[in-house]
Amino acid sequence: MALLEVKNLQVRVDDREILHGLSLTVNEGEVHAIMGPNGSGKSTLSHVIAGKPGYEVTNGEILFRGENLLEMDPDERAAKGVFLAFQYPVEIPGVATMNFLRTALNAQRKARGESEYSTPDFLKKVREVAKSLNIPQDMLRRGVNVGFSGGEKKRNEILQMALFEPSLCILDEMDSGLDIDALRIAADGVNALRSPDRAMVVITHYQRLLNYIVPDFVHVMSRGKVVKSGGKELALELEASGYTQFEDAA
Amino acid sequence: MPAVQETVDRVRRIDVDQYRYGFETLIESDKAPRGLSEDTVRFISAKKNEPAWMLEWRLEAYRRWLTMTEPQWARVHYPKIDYQDLYYYSAPKPKKQIGSLDEIDPEILKTYEKLGIPLREVEVLEGVVKPEGERRIAVDAVFDSVSVATTFQKELKQAGVIFMPISEAIREHPELVKKYLGSVVPTSDNFFATLNSAVFSDGSFVYVPPGVRCPMELSTYFRINERNTGQFERTLIIADKGSYVSYLEGCTAPQRDENQLHAAVVELVTLDDAEIKYSTVQNWYPGNSEGKGGIYNFVTKRGDCRGNNSKISWTQVETGSAITWKYPSCILRGDNSRGEFYSIAISNGHQQVDSGTKMLHLGKNTTSRIISKGIAAGVSQNTYRGLVTAHRKATGARNYTACDSLLIGDKCGAHTVPYVEAKNSSATFEHEATTSKISEDVLFYCVQRGLSQEEAVGLVVNGFVKDVLQQLPMEFAVEAQKLISISLEGSVG
Repeated sequence: MALLEVKNLQVRVDDREILHGLSLTVNEGEVHAIMGPNGSGKSTLSHVIAGKPGYEVTNGEILFRGENLLEMDPDERAAKGVFLAFQYPVEIPGVATMNFLRTALNAQRKARGESEYSTPDFLKKVREVAKSLNIPQDMLRRGVNVGFSGGEKKRNEILQMALFEPSLCILDEMDSGLDIDALRIAADGVNALRSPDRAMVVITHYQRLLNYIVPDFVHVMSRGKVVKSGGKELALELEASGYTQFEDAA
Repeated sequence: MPAVQETVDRVRRIDVDQYRYGFETLIESDKAPRGLSEDTVRFISAKKNEPAWMLEWRLEAYRRWLTMTEPQWARVHYPKIDYQDLYYYSAPKPKKQIGSLDEIDPEILKTYEKLGIPLREVEVLEGVVKPEGERRIAVDAVFDSVSVATTFQKELKQAGVIFMPISEAIREHPELVKKYLGSVVPTSDNFFATLNSAVFSDGSFVYVPPGVRCPMELSTYFRINERNTGQFERTLIIADKGSYVSYLEGCTAPQRDENQLHAAVVELVTLDDAEIKYSTVQNWYPGNSEGKGGIYNFVTKRGDCRGNNSKISWTQVETGSAITWKYPSCILRGDNSRGEFYSIAISNGHQQVDSGTKMLHLGKNTTSRIISKGIAAGVSQNTYRGLVTAHRKATGARNYTACDSLLIGDKCGAHTVPYVEAKNSSATFEHEATTSKISEDVLFYCVQRGLSQEEAVGLVVNGFVKDVLQQLPMEFAVEAQKLISISLEGSVG
């Protein structure tokens, strides 16, 4: 059974249709890149999979391990193993990052009927992961993403990915706002999390990111549909010829 | 806006059902006849075996009150109160003269047990789940119009601290009461304070002698039980030179359809180098989802930093009451004195809050700090109203004010009404204010990480009020945090 199956998905926001029958199949262990110009519906796809309110699914379905994802609340989806690394992680003043991580992790474990982490075990785990991502302890004591640099925010997303151990990671424009060094650190963090029982969907404009996170499959989106799929070489092709060739295909 | 809509729906469903203190205690009580007249005032004074000077003081206030009109300037709306339709005194009928806790009506003890207020000292001492190093708290419990128990009297006495019902203090320490009662909030101060002066029945009295650091937190727990009864308590706290005391106040009432009036007066006095820290967790019954019932909380609280280098700090967590009208204030009279006001005011359902503070800088180099966090949900209205003034002679006065409002949903309102007045050129006043809506993106971020919608709201709100929660004594901070969650979420699961 596929981990994620998106079938003929049609989505509207207000009165405008954004996705016009999109299909995508992702198996465990695979890394898929979704590329496309601005406004092609890439972020909409990631939001609908994660369950962000404000989108109306008018047709099609999304199955996660064969279960209907669209019937679940976003927190249920998270507990099932769907993780979205945000393009713009929000700030939550007054809530210490450490406290947030622990509350979220324990909420997920509780939803799955697992026991909550003890404080020492949790601290040990966080410190290990934080160290590997070059995240200073001081950052964990600060409010969630408050005063973080762009790179720190993205690293905080990857830290959560590592902690929650999701089976599906969707990375929405992970490279936006990162310089080359920050990008490399973030990409290394992501690569360390690649595993045979975890799939990733990497959403990006640019081929650049895919030099660091090398995908198994590349899909090109245009005007709310996947218009071309292929191997990693498709990304290089795009870099050379641009997206315009697909505008008509859609 | 589905996420916010959902939050609004959830918040709307909670209201009364979440009010855990809405039960009634069935006991016989001794009431004054309904209505207010000189006879009522005499009745109360006689019940308390008060000296003649006290009766005279009350009568003067009563006569003054007859000439006054209810204030209209607050941003609150309610039907006219019929002051002749209220009972002004209600006391649990004692089986006999109370000499020890064992003689208190067991029904009342049960009430306080349900509320989680330990009246038996032994329970406080041998508490099963007591974290290491937890401070003990002496409690004065006021039930309707009278104080039913004050704990730890002996230990406090050894330290020289007087902590007793004010009705006893009038008889036992008339010199102190005469000197300080009405010296901060005069009998003519305002409509509700004047009414209180005429008919107050009980409350707490604290005197901390020079140089003494009160060995434990002092606490009063107010409970309105009787129907159609106003509660008019009076609290007077005096910190003599170089002393320190931390005082906590908690309040609850049963659920009832009619509105009940609570018009308290609190007076604080600090002499040279003294400090009072006054914390309130106010959770009076807020009324039901249609806005029926609930307490009118019309309270006058004021502290006088009478001595040099003295300090008064107010911290309040206001979650209850149908209407709150309350401005705990500081008169910064002594040079270098300091006033602080930390407030969390939450309004939900049909609640109306008009609350804030006054910082009156009279002495030189006086400083004050105001941190106010208002949270409005449902169809409630939440107003911060504050006054900061520097007298002509208050050179070097400094104030810092930060007022933040958070809106949950789109049918509630937050309002900030600051008055700032400096009469000398060396005063430095800073004012910051923000109003924000709980962001859909923030909530989605939290639920994407596995938190339920209401856990997410609770987390964001607790983050929003963190600066103020930190000011509360630890025991209260935990209670307050729970209360905040209950008043805003908890509807599901």
